[in-house]
Amino acid sequence: MNRMLYQLPLALLLLIFTLPLFAGIETYTFETPEQERIYHKLTEELRCLVCQNQNIAGSNAELAQDLRKKAYEQVKQGKSEDEVVKWMVDRYGDFVLYRPPVKATTLFLWVGPLLFLLIAFVVLWRIGRTRRNQSSETDPVDEQSLEQARHMLEKKES
Amino acid sequence: MKSMRYILPLLLFTALLALLLKGLGQDPKEVPSPLVGKLAPAFTAPQLHVPEKQFSASDMNGKVWILNVWASWCFSCRAEHELVTRMAREHGIVVVGLNYKDEPADAKAWLQQFGNPYVTSVMDPEGDIGIEYGVYGVPESFIIDKAGVIRRKVIGPINDSPDEKPQNSVDELLAFLSKLEAES
Repeated sequence: MNRMLYQLPLALLLLIFTLPLFAGIETYTFETPEQERIYHKLTEELRCLVCQNQNIAGSNAELAQDLRKKAYEQVKQGKSEDEVVKWMVDRYGDFVLYRPPVKATTLFLWVGPLLFLLIAFVVLWRIGRTRRNQSSETDPVDEQSLEQARHMLEKKES
Repeated sequence: MKSMRYILPLLLFTALLALLLKGLGQDPKEVPSPLVGKLAPAFTAPQLHVPEKQFSASDMNGKVWILNVWASWCFSCRAEHELVTRMAREHGIVVVGLNYKDEPADAKAWLQQFGNPYVTSVMDPEGDIGIEYGVYGVPESFIIDKAGVIRRKVIGPINDSPDEKPQNSVDELLAFLSKLEAES
């Protein structure tokens, strides 16, 4: 029991230091650190179409492996990040991007949340205004009703 | 004017509800292809039964044809195979198979067992042609017109049941194909 006392915190402490293990098994070597940076950025930002809530860095689906390979080959050939992204979009559409580009069809996606926030603020402001108007509009309590209330309270206490 | 205060939020809420309901009805697995309306990517690859002979997408110029992506390991391919066969045999549709990430021996045995509706099947062992066509699951079919333009992508198996995806129904596809055939 006594040993448990310090073993448990130690185990928890060790958990903090575990690094997330990425599913990618392939080891790719790059000629420049810049290429490696581009490759990692790409695989983080491209979506796996088979398991749609994962990026291709984190997915072990066969298609994700293939797309990682394609990204690697192109980066190694010296292609820029934008060129590889365009290559992917040409084949799989905007859906491969976790951050869809701003254009006519995706405008609502980008502006929508802001729009809703704006509506919420307008509604809030209007509610606040009516409340304030109402509270100033209410008639001052007349002496008679105050007396009545006091009377009722006293009656209850007795 | 006073009634607007109640009607407007209700309208907004209904609109939002309609939008979300529509979203619920959509299949998130069905990713629209950017290739529809564009020229089918060119490729040249060995044929399954005669590997020394190459098939090129350009061989089909001037014809309406289907590129059907299939594999012997793909279970849904078996489900649609009968319909693909019916389209080819009864309606004279030209179907080219893209044998995706398969073993030639398995693929040939599969065709032996279930029948071969394809004018030819092309081997794509690494899935490279598949990537050019934006394939992300099997089966998929591409309907290509006489000018070599992809006119439609069928994602998932072709069906003949009214309960399944209407855009994948064999009747719908046959109607679409005959429309393309009528184009000059």
